Amino acid sequence: MPTPRPKVGLFVTCLADMFRPEVAFASVKLLELAGFDVEVPQRQTCCGQPAFNSGDREDSAAIARQTIDAFDGFEYVVGPSGSCIGMLHHYPELFAENDPWHRRALELKARAFEITSFLALHLDMDKLSSSFNGKVTYHDSCSGLRELGVKKQPRELLSKLPGVQICEMEEAETCCGFGGTFCVKYPEISNRMVGNKSENIRATGADTLLGGDLGCLLNMAGKLKREGINVEARHVVEVLADMLDTPAIGEASSVGKAGKGA
Amino acid sequence: MEVRSKEFKKSAHIALHDVNLQRALGNLKAGFPGKRAAAVARLPEFDALRDQARDLKNHILEHLDLYLEEFERNVTANGGTVHWCRTAEDARRTILELCREQDAKTVTKGKSMVTEEIALNEYLEANGVTPVETDLGEYILQLRHDHPSHIVAPAIHLTLDDVATAFHEHHHRPKSNDPAVLMQEAREMLRKQFVAADVGITGANFLVAETGSTIICTNEGNGDLTQTLPKTHIVVSSIEKVVPTLEDMTLFLRLLARSATGQEFTVYNTLSTGPRRPGDRDGPENFHVVLVDNGRSDMVGGELQEMLRCIRCSACMNHCPVYGAVGGHSYGWVYPGPMGSVLTPQMVGIENAGLLPNASTFCGKCEEVCPVRIPLPKLMRHWREREWEKHLTPAAARGGIGVWAFFAKRPALYRLLAWSSNLFLRLVGGKRGRIRKLPLAGGWTDFRDMPVPSGKTFMQQWQEQKR
Amino acid sequence: MSRAEIFNRIRTGLRVGADDSARHAAVQQRLAARAANLVPQRAQLPHDECLNLFIRMAEESAAELIEIQHRSELASAVEHWLGENGITQLVVASDENLQDLAWSAGGTLVREERVAEAGDEASLTNAFCAIAETGTLMLHSGNDSPTTLNFLPDNHLVALSAGSVVGPYEEAWARLRTSTAGEMPRTVNMITGPSRSADIEQKLQMGAHGPRRLAIFLIHEE
Repeated sequence: MPTPRPKVGLFVTCLADMFRPEVAFASVKLLELAGFDVEVPQRQTCCGQPAFNSGDREDSAAIARQTIDAFDGFEYVVGPSGSCIGMLHHYPELFAENDPWHRRALELKARAFEITSFLALHLDMDKLSSSFNGKVTYHDSCSGLRELGVKKQPRELLSKLPGVQICEMEEAETCCGFGGTFCVKYPEISNRMVGNKSENIRATGADTLLGGDLGCLLNMAGKLKREGINVEARHVVEVLADMLDTPAIGEASSVGKAGKGA
Repeated sequence: MEVRSKEFKKSAHIALHDVNLQRALGNLKAGFPGKRAAAVARLPEFDALRDQARDLKNHILEHLDLYLEEFERNVTANGGTVHWCRTAEDARRTILELCREQDAKTVTKGKSMVTEEIALNEYLEANGVTPVETDLGEYILQLRHDHPSHIVAPAIHLTLDDVATAFHEHHHRPKSNDPAVLMQEAREMLRKQFVAADVGITGANFLVAETGSTIICTNEGNGDLTQTLPKTHIVVSSIEKVVPTLEDMTLFLRLLARSATGQEFTVYNTLSTGPRRPGDRDGPENFHVVLVDNGRSDMVGGELQEMLRCIRCSACMNHCPVYGAVGGHSYGWVYPGPMGSVLTPQMVGIENAGLLPNASTFCGKCEEVCPVRIPLPKLMRHWREREWEKHLTPAAARGGIGVWAFFAKRPALYRLLAWSSNLFLRLVGGKRGRIRKLPLAGGWTDFRDMPVPSGKTFMQQWQEQKR
Repeated sequence: MSRAEIFNRIRTGLRVGADDSARHAAVQQRLAARAANLVPQRAQLPHDECLNLFIRMAEESAAELIEIQHRSELASAVEHWLGENGITQLVVASDENLQDLAWSAGGTLVREERVAEAGDEASLTNAFCAIAETGTLMLHSGNDSPTTLNFLPDNHLVALSAGSVVGPYEEAWARLRTSTAGEMPRTVNMITGPSRSADIEQKLQMGAHGPRRLAIFLIHEE
């Protein structure tokens, strides 16, 4: 009897669920390519970051407990977002040390990974292939970079694709100005930050912006479009998984009305 | 100094459209971060030093009272006097008293952020003592009745022309736009003041318990002239600056200049230990150390204790994209940037400064560059939690989070909410792929397009596929 | 009253109990040990390399370095430097090893031994030691060495013995403690280059308030 493949629970993320399912589907494909069985626990909703960063510890803890329960039993929990998985890593802070949930939160933290760092550890990268062809630039999302150490991994994975040429931008590591509710609480400052970012992106001459967080990507894509800058934005897993049928973020749909599955 | 942190958004708006300020902030961005990076690259042990510095500061704070007692013992043994001031008011009165003892008319000052914090200058002026700022940046600001916008480079928000105009008006010399000429003018004007001063007031970068010494780190040498020429030298320092030994002080000095300006070492690092010794032919006859608490002792043992590790290097604000967009005055009080966003609510009350810890994306760059590894985003979040508990969070935000959390805790309802929002956006966006204007989301769509969902939600599609 | 309040709050915050002996011991131990923290490799060099490092770092900080073989050459080297720069007035510290230097007889140089005054063109002082790690001079106050000489004159000339150049700061503190029998001088100055400021539009200018120029006369042999 063949050894059962290890199980990964996919942390979908709200933004992938709402705005761009392709990102979740691409994640599934890549995780299967890496030799894992992927399931999507249905009791997940959101990582809880909006409540946590607003100072609402009570709701944050409630959502944390729900998430911990939902992902019980999976060897790994993987999500296409440094910000969301970073939030999962904050869960232990929500419970007192003698609270049983504290230990469970620590256990979840130990097996929760951002997708590119997970793939860098577990995927035989020679298996990657993509029809993508073009110059890309990569935005390092803050949480992934500073909380989870995501920097080299996406670039390592992309370097395996012969059609991908990476042109690094100035200030790749500088915040794009999304910051969750920040962009609507302090819109002018956020706009200045994303404006700077757009200029840096434009200056690379790349055709495509890639990143590992949809919040950042929606923010930057929205600004690029508003500025009339001809750079497309995709989540890096879309390129890695060769799932390029869907128009890039914020691009007009050429098929039927309102994209897939209307 | 009047607290105007409640006006942060308005001030930020003005700042974002102030062409001169934006150019000045561009200079800051082009300067300090790169210089710090170069200094760090030259010192392989830099990160290890940061770890040691963090640990040492934690040790000091755990024993703060004992090190302060040792410091006081040694200051006294060397002929100096320590004054303990719990509040800003205590500190002001103490310093005025000391000036009056000297019958002081003019007082020269080295750069000291804590004297801004206790609003010393206005108080002295109101009481017949004239303080003369001698740090070039502070001197310029004093002429303009202005305040620092940065804790290391106080006049960073000013243009060359601002300085030229201020000097022309006050020095009665022809207006010059040559920085070298302007500096020479300041040098000449202030030389007379240095010599004439009855009292010299400086801050302290550190207090050394082992020897009862205070140390100042300056590039100009003004602090040294301020403290050596007058009869009385008053050091004003906050209480958490004490370090155990000279060797411990050295650890912090190895981090300070590199983190601040990217220099290997500040030009003048001067240790002062008491007044003149018998046989000394110069130096102050009186040496006083005024120690200021002003809310810091309340932070010991609490959730904000880590903020007391701060060595006032300014790395956090130099690298902060928010500070870099709006400058220091937007923060509305003495301390700007990330460290100001944590300290200001502590000192003036969260109800007066709540906007500051909220004006952050928690990008974490500040923590990444802090020489003593202060977890600034975590401390800012602490303030947001205090606001939430006290119901100070704006009603719309609290309500919004409340509604969202209601759904997030109920997966079945959350699916429904996601499905309906998704459908709504797809209908509004149609084939265009993006929405240019969305009511209730003006904060977003005023400045950028809102991408439209690419199709049904993932959960819907995943369920459909499984059937 | 303030003092007691401050200490009470600190001790309450730290939850200091009736038996505080552990904390007291920790503090005494640290103060007595004066242990070095991490010392950068860069500063841990044999003496020759220390000297080279010092010269490099000092020049990097915009100090001028004049090397002379023997202290007997100091006076003429100083006179030469002053002459080249059109300076005719010099205030000298009273250190023993600045006495009996071979100053030229006659000439236009006005030389005095006193504290500095505003308007002084140049001063000559003796460094206690120097730290190669950052190209820094260490000088301290004393009966013979008024501190104002380091700050008021427009030009600061410093005599430095090569033998007193150490690698890291830690060695300088050890030397200072020994030399002063553990009694801190009133003022210890660590000087790295001449005075400067970038407060005017971030443009670096030399000569803010302290000396515009710092000239170090490195004496190889005493």
